[in-house]
Amino acid sequence: MQKFFHDAVEFVPILLQGVWLTIVVTVGSLLLSTVLGLVWALMRVSGIRILVWLSAALINVIRGIPIIVLLFYIYFVMPDFGIALSALQAAIIGLGIAYSAYQAENFRAGIEAIDKGQIEAAQTIGMGWWLTMRRVVLPQAVRIILPPYGNIMIMMLKDSSQASTITVAELALQGKLIASSTFKNTSVFTLVALMYLTMSIPLILLVRHFENKANRK
Amino acid sequence: MIELSDVHKSFGKVEVLKGITASVAKSEVVCIIGPSGSGKSTILRCINGLESYDRGEISVEGARVDNNDRSIVAIRTQVSMVFQRFNLFPHRTALENVIEGPLYVKKEPREQAIARGRALLAQVGLADKAEVHPPKLSGGQQQRVAIARALAMQPKAILFDEPTSALDPELVGEVLSVMRKLADDGMTMVVVTHEMGFARDVADRVLFIDGGVIVEQGAAKSVLNQPQHPRTQDFLRRVLHPL
Repeated sequence: MQKFFHDAVEFVPILLQGVWLTIVVTVGSLLLSTVLGLVWALMRVSGIRILVWLSAALINVIRGIPIIVLLFYIYFVMPDFGIALSALQAAIIGLGIAYSAYQAENFRAGIEAIDKGQIEAAQTIGMGWWLTMRRVVLPQAVRIILPPYGNIMIMMLKDSSQASTITVAELALQGKLIASSTFKNTSVFTLVALMYLTMSIPLILLVRHFENKANRK
Repeated sequence: MIELSDVHKSFGKVEVLKGITASVAKSEVVCIIGPSGSGKSTILRCINGLESYDRGEISVEGARVDNNDRSIVAIRTQVSMVFQRFNLFPHRTALENVIEGPLYVKKEPREQAIARGRALLAQVGLADKAEVHPPKLSGGQQQRVAIARALAMQPKAILFDEPTSALDPELVGEVLSVMRKLADDGMTMVVVTHEMGFARDVADRVLFIDGGVIVEQGAAKSVLNQPQHPRTQDFLRRVLHPL
């Protein structure tokens, strides 16, 4: 145990650099996936056939490709087409795109759960599609969307470790590097696990808060 | 001001409106009665474009109702609708429900919309409920807010789709009395209802609809007191004397 604390004092500062990148990747891809997911979802419920089809196709393609392959594609293949991204940019874009499919399905479920009467009431006071979405549907859908959204955040935090495969020195990769150079696997990976857990717990509490709020309604 | 001529409408293979021709004059109150599933609500929903119709023509003040055309927005701001299940926005207060249209559709200045919204809530007897969210209001109160919301658009006509059917019996009166006041003030109203007392006292004309056609129409008192068609007689007997 004493040895563990000794190792901890030594490794935590290095691991914290990884924590920082983990947070950057998670927050970046969370924002991107939210925006893209909302766009896919709105296309899906737009009632315009070509947009509905396009969004459904996109979501299925994205869902059908493993995140790691998507990351490899963006980081290693895109340069062949003249788009060279830094590892961090590629990680954020890759995870953002990968998760946009799940975000879209969550948003769509929330939007479709809103009573049709609400939409009709909005229409009868002269609201168009976008105004109805913005003023009537989305504010109500948020309550339904938030609990699963929180779960997606937790999954993203953990899946940000996949960025290590394209050389982003986030927490998991930082741990692996330390472990392979010091052979202190137990200490290092225990610390890494504890750090992920520490970051997850506030999110888990947040999800519980959202759920309680949604249930009270 | 509202004209329907030979309107047909099908849902899949079921034809619910089989050639409806009718008109509603300015300041007229027309009640539509008939058994459930007869197409009464569909007529209202076609008038303000919530449903499309397959054949015939509907016009409001000479403008053709076509819910695939942008003109439908203008028509909807002239012809408001009150729903059976109120359809208030639960995430907004009573006042916010009322001013939503004036503020975001008609782009009225905020102060003006709020002042008129409060006046309208007072008009329907809910001045003290302005800041309350709909789920905390009784059914009758919610429906009165919905009427205020419809009035806030300063419509030329209001369509009421069974406005009291979802209410507890003791709350029906408060909504009907608000509607009666509107009628007295000269509002053009089309009311789908099962409240025969209201139809008899307030309506100028009654249409009896069954099976997607107008079976009988005429002055309210004559249709309701001396129905000519056997189907009207049978329907009224069952509604007025259910036992």
